[in-house]
Amino acid sequence: MTPSLNPGATPALQDVRPLETTVLAVPGMHCAGCMNKVERGLAALPGVAEARVNLSLRMVTVSHDPQLRGKGLVDALADLGFEAQPRREEIVRPASAVRPLLAPLAVAGFGSMNVMLLAVSVWSGADGSTRSLFHWISALIAIPAIAYAGQPFFRSAWRAVRRGTTNMDVPISLGVLIATGLSLYETIMGGRHAWFDGALMLLTFLLAGRALDAMMRDRARQGVDAMLSQAAQGAMVVGGQGELQWCDADQLLPGAVMRVAAGERLAADGEIITGNSRFDQSLLTGESAPVLAGRGDPVLAGTLNLDAPVDVRVSHAGRDTTLAEIARLMEASMQNRSRYVRIADRAASYYAPAVHALAAMAVIGWLIAGAGIYQALVIGVAVLIITCPCALGLAVPVAQVVASGSLMRAGIMVKDGSALERMAGIDRALLDKTGTLTLGRPVPDPVIMALLPDHAAGVALALASHSRHPLSRALAMALTAAGHRVAVIHDVEERAGEGVFARADGRSVALRRPDDANGMAMLLDIAGEPAWLIPCADRLRPDAVEALDQLAGMGISCSILSGDNVGAVSDVARATGLTAQASARPADKQDAIHRLQGAGHNVLMVGDGLNDGPALAAANASLAPGSASEVGLQAADMVFVQDSLLALPRAIRVARATLRIVRQNFVLAIGYNVLAVPLAMAGMVTPLVAALAMSGSSLIVIGNSLRLARIGK
Amino acid sequence: MTGLLFLIPVALLLGGLGLAAFFWALRDGQFDDPDGAAARILIEEDEAA
Repeated sequence: MTPSLNPGATPALQDVRPLETTVLAVPGMHCAGCMNKVERGLAALPGVAEARVNLSLRMVTVSHDPQLRGKGLVDALADLGFEAQPRREEIVRPASAVRPLLAPLAVAGFGSMNVMLLAVSVWSGADGSTRSLFHWISALIAIPAIAYAGQPFFRSAWRAVRRGTTNMDVPISLGVLIATGLSLYETIMGGRHAWFDGALMLLTFLLAGRALDAMMRDRARQGVDAMLSQAAQGAMVVGGQGELQWCDADQLLPGAVMRVAAGERLAADGEIITGNSRFDQSLLTGESAPVLAGRGDPVLAGTLNLDAPVDVRVSHAGRDTTLAEIARLMEASMQNRSRYVRIADRAASYYAPAVHALAAMAVIGWLIAGAGIYQALVIGVAVLIITCPCALGLAVPVAQVVASGSLMRAGIMVKDGSALERMAGIDRALLDKTGTLTLGRPVPDPVIMALLPDHAAGVALALASHSRHPLSRALAMALTAAGHRVAVIHDVEERAGEGVFARADGRSVALRRPDDANGMAMLLDIAGEPAWLIPCADRLRPDAVEALDQLAGMGISCSILSGDNVGAVSDVARATGLTAQASARPADKQDAIHRLQGAGHNVLMVGDGLNDGPALAAANASLAPGSASEVGLQAADMVFVQDSLLALPRAIRVARATLRIVRQNFVLAIGYNVLAVPLAMAGMVTPLVAALAMSGSSLIVIGNSLRLARIGK
Repeated sequence: MTGLLFLIPVALLLGGLGLAAFFWALRDGQFDDPDGAAARILIEEDEAA
């Protein structure tokens, strides 16, 4: 249908140009009102056909005219009051881990319910042709259901066997397949026992455990992804004719000139050609004091421009920046960690051979005792089915799901399944200073803040709210938190590199840079009154000292490992009473960890900066605050979002409790086997006994794991 | 006994219907944004849309 034949169509449909689809991450959306505002606001833009929010992912999908660029959408969202970032290719999430498990779980659930009903009739005494009919119907339901729902296990088991190793899925797959095969044979021969119900029930339980596990990790990853997409990803590029154009970070070329406003992060390495300003390099070096740079000085990607706009000629972009270099150093360490063998797989490597040996012994024993081959095989199979690790397969995932769920409610996201296991064995902790022990952002001096009279505070808040400078934002946040209201000001003017100037009640007021800036400070000037100097500094996190005390009480000795200078580190060391190593480069941090590991310690690294990335990856376990750099978030096993450092002892406490519960679960599951295996070897296990034992042991393990929900609180 | 001949197919059919409905929902994207679906009901539709 051509547009000319359809005059009544809406403008969006008349447009013959194909629409483009852009996905934006909008981490600030959290309710129906936000959704509504974003969808309506975007749809009202010219050139936008449709905007659809996905609240679970904190993303909005926009189909729009190709002429409308991503930057335009981001600006439109900023006008609506939402920070947004175009989603970058590298962080497009792998498809959810839950989705592929849902359909097998539904099929296994459907199959096991129907087959169980038929099995109950057989157990209650159906006989002869009725029993045979029920077995045939069960077979017709169960075989396709098992073939479909068992695939996640069969595939994983096959991969392990091909590599010559074993995991939990090998005994599971063998048990299910042999039970199905034997049941089919019994059905054809008109025998008494079919095990279809047991096999399907096993699959249902295990799939439910895995789906829960995957769901929890999906959630944690979404939270982290939302934070990741906040990093700086592009720059305003000044063209030959002086035109400004937004350019994504991966499309910046050496030689381009980018204009970096105050408060923006640099997207590439380069050299300043006009302007001078101070730069916060804490992300790269851990150094907290801003560095002054002027014309001709080199500046690095990832640093934050504090004072005034500058023009920077790009020298290295994309994969060649100092930033990318550190990322490569990190990758090597990441591979070391992937060699860690999870506790469930370690258990399986003992369990599977033991079970298979027992089954073989049962067959041989009965043959020697004079049983027929058929009878001996049936007993061997019964041993395999009864030992099929239903409870054992649930022992680890259920405990971890409950533990990560309670950690998540406390604001700690567990990114990796094995993280809790590794965290439990920690006996040494290294903490970065900037952003980890401290908040990593300037906080106005609380003493001065308390002294400020109300009207001065109101004026300061009004002035600060007109600027996006990091210090202004910090001041606005602190004043708002203290309950101050905005005073009425007019004729507001922000002068880059100087401050915000305005008039209030006929007097001129200003929030500006002090004339002799010694460290970070602001000057509040109200004509006719003495000026207020408001010093700002990076402060210790609340509860830092208490958290460190708790760690010491848990037998974990801590020390500081920082890239900052000796003076700044020793201040924090004195305040916390920890030993410290200062001026450590990323490689030094990694070495320090390797040395401790060589001495037999299990090391926890807590850090946020890019310079901590290699250390986070090298440590046995790692934790990062939610304010961490992209690299820090990616390298860490867990991410905590609140300001309090108490998250650290809590994470370790829950990890230790989880390991304890997992061990108890193993004991329970193996205890069940100790009871059931002799019965099976004696040939006394019927499908009814198997079904009861299997569900009974699974319920006990699940119940025991649920206790973790209370420990996490 | 003849009752079974009816009841078993009927039971299977009903169960199968449930299963089919679940698969339809899965394909239809109803599990893509559970939080959004919960919040969307609060948004007032007006004629301007």
